[in-house]
Amino acid sequence: MKRLLIVLAPLWLLAIAGTASASDLPEYSLVVKNHVYQPGELKVPAGTKFKIIVHNEDATPEEFESTDFNREKIVFPNSSITVYVGPLHAGSYVFFGDFHRDTANGRLIAE
Amino acid sequence: MPGVALLVFREVMEAALIVSIVCAATRGVARRGWFVSGGIGLGVVGAVLVALGARLIADLASGSGQELFNACVLLSAVMMIGWHVVWMSSHGKELAKHMNDVGGAVKAGSSSLTLLLAVVAIAVLREGSEIVLFLYGMAVGGIGVAGLAGGIALGVGGGALLGFALYFGLLRIPMKYFFKVTNWLLVLLAAGLASTAARFLVQGNLLPAWGNQVWDASWLLTNGSLMGKTLAVLIGYDARPAGIQIVFYAATLLLLVTGMRWLDRRSTRLSPQLLPATLNATSEPLH
Repeated sequence: MKRLLIVLAPLWLLAIAGTASASDLPEYSLVVKNHVYQPGELKVPAGTKFKIIVHNEDATPEEFESTDFNREKIVFPNSSITVYVGPLHAGSYVFFGDFHRDTANGRLIAE
Repeated sequence: MPGVALLVFREVMEAALIVSIVCAATRGVARRGWFVSGGIGLGVVGAVLVALGARLIADLASGSGQELFNACVLLSAVMMIGWHVVWMSSHGKELAKHMNDVGGAVKAGSSSLTLLLAVVAIAVLREGSEIVLFLYGMAVGGIGVAGLAGGIALGVGGGALLGFALYFGLLRIPMKYFFKVTNWLLVLLAAGLASTAARFLVQGNLLPAWGNQVWDASWLLTNGSLMGKTLAVLIGYDARPAGIQIVFYAATLLLLVTGMRWLDRRSTRLSPQLLPATLNATSEPLH
């Protein structure tokens, strides 16, 4: 076990060093209000990693989720989350609010 | 109410599939029912606690706390399953050899039953905490007791039904292969959980993706479909995996299979000395 840690720890550090520094990445914002995403359609660059900031203005929690680009994260009332996405191939990717699937729908257009 | 039922169903289903595999893998073990119920109970309590503390968790690791928490919980489940299957391969075989197959595996299984109890608890905790947060939101939104209770009943009932279907389906496997199959199911389950953990770490920018969308099988089966979700739990299916997920998946598979083989061979060599003790240990009546 100890030996495993000795091997894994430097690997992890190396890997972290390899992740793009978060501040250099392009940022896109979404707002959830009355269980609806604004904007409903977000244009993002294809082939680049970026981050999406989701702000929840409702009084209830929401889960920002996409099975198309594989992300899920809870957004608490009156707070924001950051989710790292991509690089994506060009195309259209649906996302939704898992707690309000009938109203909270949107998509990313990667181009 | 349909919205509540659907979300509860999706979450319960995921946990129920894992619980079914664990139930099958511990088939015939004495007091297994208590262990599994205990695991579910602990999971429910844990789910409420996690939901209560979710805001604190979310703020950890400069905003990547949810991802870190999920990954840690998933990876600890991977380790417990791993320990169980490797242990089974070293002790299960020599026990099974001198008893009828069920009996041997029964004895072998009970020793790491506590680990599998923890796996059940973790599965329930993960899915349950999401249900709690969702239901809290619904209650604040003024859905009313009837809608809430009806939705929960339908969702839990439906999810549990699917779990039972898997369990009774597995029971039809001939005894000769039964524990081999359940062991493999546990290995694939662990590999899939490791892959999901990697996905969370990438989402939180805590690990590099090593290639996003390495392949795209969504034309065949999407992640969002019921089948896609089921296979995601059972074998770690992902229509568009990141490279690091594949690495985590393959590494888990490799480690567990190598561990099983290695201990298997070692235990076969040692089994003559173990024989008398083994026979004593398994001489009680079987359930």
